Amino acid sequence: MNDATSGPEPSPDFLALDRSEALALLRSMVRVRRFEEKCAELYGAGKIRGFLHLYIGEEAVAAGVIPLLGAEDAIVSTYREHGHALLRGVPAGAIMAEMFGRVEGCSRGRGGSMHLFDVSRRFYGGNAIVAGGIPIAVGLALADRMQGRKRVTACLFGDGAVAEGEFHESMNLAALWKLPVLFLCENNQYAMGTAIDRYESEQNLALKARSYRMEVERVDGMDVLAVRAATRRGVEFVRGGGGPWFIELVTYRFRAHSAYDPELYRSKDEVKHWRERDPIALFEALASERGLLGPDDAAVLEQEADAEIAAAVAFAEAGTLEPVEDLTRDVCAPRGSP
Amino acid sequence: MSGAAPAAVRKTTYREAVRAALREALRSDERVFLMGEDVGRYGGSYACSLGLLEEFGPERVRDTPLSEAGFVGAGIGAAIAGMRPIVEIMTVNFSLLALDQIMNNAATLRHMSGGQVGVPLVIRMATGAGRQVAAQHSHSLENFYAHIPGLKVLAPATLQDARGMLATALKEPDPVILFEHAMLYPMEGELAADAGAVPIDRAAIRRAGKDATIIAYGGTVGKALAAAQALADRGVDAEVIDLRTLRPLDDDTLVASVTKTRRAVIVDEGWRTGSLAAEVCTRLVEKAFYELDAPIARVCTAEVPIPYAKHLEEAALPRVEKIVEAVLGTLGAGHG
Repeated sequence: MNDATSGPEPSPDFLALDRSEALALLRSMVRVRRFEEKCAELYGAGKIRGFLHLYIGEEAVAAGVIPLLGAEDAIVSTYREHGHALLRGVPAGAIMAEMFGRVEGCSRGRGGSMHLFDVSRRFYGGNAIVAGGIPIAVGLALADRMQGRKRVTACLFGDGAVAEGEFHESMNLAALWKLPVLFLCENNQYAMGTAIDRYESEQNLALKARSYRMEVERVDGMDVLAVRAATRRGVEFVRGGGGPWFIELVTYRFRAHSAYDPELYRSKDEVKHWRERDPIALFEALASERGLLGPDDAAVLEQEADAEIAAAVAFAEAGTLEPVEDLTRDVCAPRGSP
Repeated sequence: MSGAAPAAVRKTTYREAVRAALREALRSDERVFLMGEDVGRYGGSYACSLGLLEEFGPERVRDTPLSEAGFVGAGIGAAIAGMRPIVEIMTVNFSLLALDQIMNNAATLRHMSGGQVGVPLVIRMATGAGRQVAAQHSHSLENFYAHIPGLKVLAPATLQDARGMLATALKEPDPVILFEHAMLYPMEGELAADAGAVPIDRAAIRRAGKDATIIAYGGTVGKALAAAQALADRGVDAEVIDLRTLRPLDDDTLVASVTKTRRAVIVDEGWRTGSLAAEVCTRLVEKAFYELDAPIARVCTAEVPIPYAKHLEEAALPRVEKIVEAVLGTLGAGHG
């Protein structure tokens, strides 16, 4: 078991990193951060309603994982999935329109923030029952195995899911049947408002997965290069037919659980401590130190992201509301469809 | 059934009809596989899949751990990815462990994804009481599932339907749940040698009659027919309708029958409160109120967890005498 959660030192991958890769990683994280900040603003303005779970603080996970998956691979995610969808290539406008409840949204306005879907990109949600998506990932992988396809199903879930029975049933099935699933546990150390030391008997979650005789790693989820390196190993192993692989990514959410959360359960000092390990700032500082990024790069990437997001908001604002006559459309397939 | 030579028939059982349907499904479509607890080496807890492991191998007749949510969810994922899984849950009580997957995922994903994610999954499960297996193996919870938009819910009550509903269900683009009443598995009868797929969108009139309509499904259809026979001996000509499809309900057949007979008794092995019988009753009130000559009656299971002791279990369940009594009640005192 590789345990690399100790500190902010650069991982060995830095030595092999070039400028274009560094820019791509920073761009991914900045896009997600800026998108989420805009969502928070739009929520405050009443443009987005329902639940809104922001990914701010956890960007290194999405940026280190999602770009390593091939177009043929599948992703099953959670209700904190805007960043996963965005980096998977779901257009920012389609995500924003979804949160605006517009028919141009990636789920036609039926899902909202927690249920982003894009089957054309093999992005299977957007699942808001904690651990409920994990068995589906096992099934997608089972189908690939039975049909002889060398695809990977990446299954993202939070630390809270590890306390659910569906998590354990899925671990067992995937390991027993040696299915091609890459399990990615985003351990932000809270199940909504309950800290992990208050709900888990064993807080090393990789160790739990290991008990299913699964290959596991535990990595610093604030270090995008460590995430990327672990993901690369996992994808290679899973695609090679070795069975499932489990990565625990230790991270932290800087914002409240959802827009309704008054954050009574954690101290400002704790949040401040983790903010000092901001994955974007950490990476930017280290990459700059090594001469891979220049002083203006971050600002340029932020401007690009802001322009993309402004266009997404305009797209969502201009979107249409589905006619109420279509309310029950897609409950079942239309008659005669395959 | 027309033509010069009568179609060949053979004696079989409900269990064998289910097995024949499974075998045909596995033979005719490479995407089909059967998955569940003890479906393989054991041969199925009700022996429905006996011999299929030997014929199709362990990939396609797949024994699972005791993980209802896990393997139902895996069936959902496999269905999304192009397979046609048949998932067997040992009994409806256990299906509650998978209710999250069935309701929050299988029934919901198409709509919640704006039409992108279809789940062509078939789930079979045993239901019902009568074997003294007490309160955690005997319930009839078909109404739970019939409540959920996005599902199709079937209750094969005959050999023909046991043989033919599965093939049609596998062609559905959305999840279908098949309830097999555990007391029906040993039921013997004749089945056409060329029996195959049957429609799954209409109720069936199992006995035509003019004086009253008895509406039943699954394990109570036989009891309804026995009651109709007893009523015939007393000069009452009852019509028996087998719902067959519990969601969506075939209102037209029900309304047409009641319009003819003007009386209805609904037989349901579920508990009365919030039952399917309540739903059928309401629809008849909504759509055929002015056709009725008497209040609609229901014969349901007593509101008690099914007890072990034989006499108590029998007392809890709908019985032929209770159905006869209920029909006579709709005809007014003194009849017969």
